[in-house]
Amino acid sequence: MNIKEICSEINSLVRDQDKKSINIMEVCGTHTMEIARNGLKQLLPPEINLISGPGCPVCVTPVNEIDNIIEILKDYDVSIFSFGDMIKVPGSSSSLAYEKSIGKDVVICYSPLYALEFAENNPDKNVIFIAIGFETTAPLSSVIVKRASDKKLRNFFIYCTHKIIPPALEVLLKDKKVRIDGLLLPGHVSAIIGSNPYRFIAEDYKIPGVISGFDPAGILQAIKMILLQLQQEKPKIEIEYKSVVKEEGNTVAVNQIHEVFQIQDSMWRGLGSIPKSGLKLKPVFASFDAKLKFPIKKLNSREPKGCECGNVLKGIKKPDDCKLFAKSCTPDNPIGPCMVSSEGTCAAYYKFYRIKY
Amino acid sequence: MLRKRNKNDAPQAKVINISHGDGGLKTGELINRFILKYLKNEILEKLEDSASLYIEAKNIAFTTDSFVVDPIFFPGGDIGKLSICGTVNDLATTGCTPFVLSLSLILEEGFLLKDLEKILMSIRKTIEEINLSNNGVGLRIVAGDTKVVPKGFADKIFINTSGIGLNQSNIEISPSKIKVNDSILINGGIGEHGLAILSQRKEFNFKTDLVSDCAPLNSLVNDICKASDKIHAMRDATRGGLARVLIEMAQASKTTLEIDNVKIPIKKEVRGLCEFLGMDPLYIANEGKMVIFVESKDAEKVLGAMKNNKYGKGSQIIGKVVKKDQGIVVLNTEIGTKRILDLHYSEQLPRIC
Repeated sequence: MNIKEICSEINSLVRDQDKKSINIMEVCGTHTMEIARNGLKQLLPPEINLISGPGCPVCVTPVNEIDNIIEILKDYDVSIFSFGDMIKVPGSSSSLAYEKSIGKDVVICYSPLYALEFAENNPDKNVIFIAIGFETTAPLSSVIVKRASDKKLRNFFIYCTHKIIPPALEVLLKDKKVRIDGLLLPGHVSAIIGSNPYRFIAEDYKIPGVISGFDPAGILQAIKMILLQLQQEKPKIEIEYKSVVKEEGNTVAVNQIHEVFQIQDSMWRGLGSIPKSGLKLKPVFASFDAKLKFPIKKLNSREPKGCECGNVLKGIKKPDDCKLFAKSCTPDNPIGPCMVSSEGTCAAYYKFYRIKY
Repeated sequence: MLRKRNKNDAPQAKVINISHGDGGLKTGELINRFILKYLKNEILEKLEDSASLYIEAKNIAFTTDSFVVDPIFFPGGDIGKLSICGTVNDLATTGCTPFVLSLSLILEEGFLLKDLEKILMSIRKTIEEINLSNNGVGLRIVAGDTKVVPKGFADKIFINTSGIGLNQSNIEISPSKIKVNDSILINGGIGEHGLAILSQRKEFNFKTDLVSDCAPLNSLVNDICKASDKIHAMRDATRGGLARVLIEMAQASKTTLEIDNVKIPIKKEVRGLCEFLGMDPLYIANEGKMVIFVESKDAEKVLGAMKNNKYGKGSQIIGKVVKKDQGIVVLNTEIGTKRILDLHYSEQLPRIC
């Protein structure tokens, strides 16, 4: 079905439902970016209100994790390897980018394998890879930890900030301030975990959820499927992204995660501590845990003053509701993480919605 | 037959030493045995403190550019070719014929002399190509400098070139001349230089057959200017990619540009890699792409002339100037929506040129 046809069906479904507004949350940051980049809101009737969710790993990493990593860098002779977005996130008083500029050993990498290889080739250096991301990137972290273990590397560590998505969605659905009529579920995460872990959304909260791909037609099709479920009042979890996502997920990758990591409670920026929503290295792999190897004193971290990232991540506020947005907080001088990340909601708004045409 | 090396022969210097930059004997040796060997002409060989030039033009263009690309040899080019093309293309954007260049080298102690030689050869080859079609002007390097810094204080070789171009037609080509209704053209696929460079970096883990588009565009600009005297502005889309050039041109001329995304030439492989790397091809550097603003009635004529040039086979008309305004660029997407191109988005890739 082409985009025009999907849009005309969306329009008639919205007309039939006669609701003032239909709130659909896109959970994943990549969806937020693709919706903005392709101008998809221009194709949707005004009743449909797309809300961005907490699916940007850099954005939900709390400020104290950034502070802790910087503290390790100050206290120990280590090389920190990180994905690019992470180094720009401001901590309480510094950022990894700033530390890099004054000569600290911070390396931007595009694959954790590069960090592992560097550690192998430089046995005199302690290498820490900042392992970040949801179920999508966790299998790769598992692979490198296992590889480091097989090679008996003593100078390679990960600073683990991995989180898992479904528990965060449950927190949002429980929050009375958050009004969601349907969920556009992430494609990449679901390729790993499948659709079953989301069943509580439809069963317990009676909210439709559709796992969507990333091309414009796929996203629009998923929105249409949500509207159809709303019309029929039969909420369920469906897969639009069938070419990639299977109901049972990728069991090999899931097993890989569980071989190396165990589930623990985790702090999310904006959402607070969420039970069973984070990953931690299992005791057998504890020697690769940077948090254990490089202990630091407890820090008093503070969120940037006036920053609304927390509420933006919950979909309670839009970026332009924040007083800092596009004034003191810009992609060149970000205050909150949602402006830093290439998947951040504030960055998407800044780049694609700030200038009106 | 080559003479066998004698035990008593002085050891052949294979790398740059600090003494190559001391201004004494070794500096002279470096200049004579390497630089002049490849780039000699009657002005440069005088080795005077400055070059005396006779210029037969009312208007000239003057520009400078530094090159720190990593790696120094990459698919489709090297830092030498890049340093000549970069400055020549900047001169060409004003419709000027490149006339003279300066060449300054900052060399790291320990840099391989055979690599320096390869770079100098590449510089000579590029200048020879430029002179094949340079409005009868023989482009020369007439001034230069070499400095050597201790190991670790530079990375192998950094190059600065400055250049003077002659405006022979006395037509002013500048963003201030852009008018509503002008057509916007580009001479081929975007994003290839940036991706070719990244593919060579060890922190990126991908392979590609893409090569840099690094090329001197003086002959293309000649052909364009011969095809129409209604060329209003040109700019080469280097760092920041096509998007940056369009935004700068819109802001400089206080006009709104509308670009059709489907018309922008982008190789399949560039698209695929960008998707994989999470990058936007519109923002990736090129080193052989010129964006041209021409009065719309001449657009097809100019397009034809471009397609006949070696460096314009993939030329396209990609959009037009729609109105006087604050200076924004609107991209018409494949699915019928509009998107604003914003300067506050960059791929932030250091040492791409």
